[in-house]
Amino acid sequence: MADQDSKTTERETPSSAGSPRQIEAPLRGARLRNLATQWEILLVYLLLVVVIGNSLLSPYFLNAPNLLDSTFNFMEKAIMALPMMLVIICGDIDISVASNLALTSVFMGMAATAGAPTPVLVVIGLAAGSILGWFNGFLITRFAIPSIAVTIGTLSLYRGIASVILGDHAYTGYPKPFAFFGQGYIPATHIPFELVLFAALAAVTGFLLHKTTFGRKVYAIGNNPTTARFSGVKVDRLRLIAFTLNGLAAGIASVLLTSRVASTRPNIATGWELDVITTVVLGGVAITGGKGTIWGVVLSVFLLGFMQFGMGLVNIPGQVMNIATGFILIIAIMVPELIRRARNRASLARLAARG
Amino acid sequence: MMGLLKRRETSLLVIILVVVAAVTFRAHDFLSPGNFEYILKDSSILVIVSIGQLLVILTGGIDLSVASTIGFTGMSVALLNKADPGIPLVIIVLISMVIGLALGSFNGMLVSVFNIPPIITTLGTLSIYRGFVIVLSGGTWVSADQMSAPFRDFPQGYLLGISNMISIAILISLVFAAFLYLTRTGREVYGAGGSPIAAQYVGINVKKINFLVFALSGILSGLAGYLWVAFYASAANDSATGLELQTIAACVVGGVSIMGGSGSIVGVLLGSIFLGIVKNALTVIRISPFWQVAIQGFVILLAIVVNTVLDRRAQASMLKRRVL
Repeated sequence: MADQDSKTTERETPSSAGSPRQIEAPLRGARLRNLATQWEILLVYLLLVVVIGNSLLSPYFLNAPNLLDSTFNFMEKAIMALPMMLVIICGDIDISVASNLALTSVFMGMAATAGAPTPVLVVIGLAAGSILGWFNGFLITRFAIPSIAVTIGTLSLYRGIASVILGDHAYTGYPKPFAFFGQGYIPATHIPFELVLFAALAAVTGFLLHKTTFGRKVYAIGNNPTTARFSGVKVDRLRLIAFTLNGLAAGIASVLLTSRVASTRPNIATGWELDVITTVVLGGVAITGGKGTIWGVVLSVFLLGFMQFGMGLVNIPGQVMNIATGFILIIAIMVPELIRRARNRASLARLAARG
Repeated sequence: MMGLLKRRETSLLVIILVVVAAVTFRAHDFLSPGNFEYILKDSSILVIVSIGQLLVILTGGIDLSVASTIGFTGMSVALLNKADPGIPLVIIVLISMVIGLALGSFNGMLVSVFNIPPIITTLGTLSIYRGFVIVLSGGTWVSADQMSAPFRDFPQGYLLGISNMISIAILISLVFAAFLYLTRTGREVYGAGGSPIAAQYVGINVKKINFLVFALSGILSGLAGYLWVAFYASAANDSATGLELQTIAACVVGGVSIMGGSGSIVGVLLGSIFLGIVKNALTVIRISPFWQVAIQGFVILLAIVVNTVLDRRAQASMLKRRVL
């Protein structure tokens, strides 16, 4: 598969380059870290450019209540981006998340129509999302099939089951208290609940990734699954956990989105996998796995979110915005590759000069 | 290995016959010549685009942008035909293939020159090309009465008693079978996907092959773009959305390995016809057409799991034989 493809070629380079590389390894680690922080600094600058640009374009942008309210539009995707980080750092990918969200929303709609109260709906949402995510992970790890192949199948399967159940109608009969999750504010403030939930989940993800052995193992798997396994990391179990968490996040996002739009329609969240994956990759997470920080992804969430909000303010239609998102995705991967190539060339030249 | 492939295609043929027999039992006119011809006609576009997908998957890549490419080329030629109905059909078809080539080459360039994984490249261009459709059309659509008669009538026409759609699908299949099996470059496509590193060592220009397969996939999607708008007699902004999944389904059901390196044109033909039969059968035995996407997803997963298990078993038995 694609991602493995590039990984094998990458893995191949150090062995063919021989020992000089290994001597330089600690130095190279420092440089890579350097590159990562540079990427985040670049994101901060870009965020500033977007904020200033939007403020110039529209007088309504730079206004605390408006800015806080604008986050409603991208917090569901932001929450889905957090465990997607884990999946991509592991060297996998999940393009079925939007279909998972849709099917989960359909299950909640069925329950709501049957008269289920709000807490039950939330439990159904989280459980269904997790199970669908687990199923991806199960097929991928049990049969050793590339994640892209499995999630292309479940992208179609989950969305298909959703549309079979939904037919050409929509679920709209959600109980009143259910509206809080996607529309509510923290009492006595103008801070959306979704935003606070994202902040909390981002903190948890950051802690898991950067401060626990679980996180270190995730990076180890992404860098080299075989080495990780020989070092005692239960590779397949961790990947299964990553996919299940990814499903859980789709479930959470489904609760929030269903609550926000107060309905389940056949086209709910179509194409969101692009936005979620773009957020993660723009945040500096290497698509080949093994690299990325929570700060990058959080910055990327607000960068993309405010950019789309700004385009909305000047009435650019959604599908045209997708042109921008698509280009950003490609450029976000192209730039580090070009930087890496330039560095390789420079270090080769240095080696050649040294003789 | 050849024996295994052959066996897999025969078993798919048997499955197709069983499905056809079962459906005919429920609805007797399913197997009528008229309906059967309709299924083949309706599958022709899928066959053409899936052959492009096959080439990309053989190298270990994937092309998610095929449906958006169809949407864009279809809209382009429909608008062109609306603006000047006098342009000859041959020129229209050539233009659609050239536009497809341009879009496919852009994918190929990103993959082979900039090393961006195919899945990411084409996930991006899926949205980009679809966005271009809206920009180009301004959100409007081209209806049948805005198309010139030759433009609209070609897919409904016949030559020597065979529908033009079916003839084109057969012609494309033959051309690409000859390319894959008889030319050096065709064999290199298999080599590049089977083991990219080994391919590099034996002197295959893997980058060139990666570019070539995306360019060819673009040309075929471009051709399908014209056929789509002419066959369905409308160019809408969402033409062919989701077709990328059908092409992937047609390939994996046809026994193409999603990891690259193995798969045949015959397999893809059978896979596409299988999907066409399932789609038509749902209508004939009056099951909600909403089932189509779900069944397609199920079939993709099942085929991938079965292919993987069979491949493993074949490898294991090969190893065992060598040890003994």
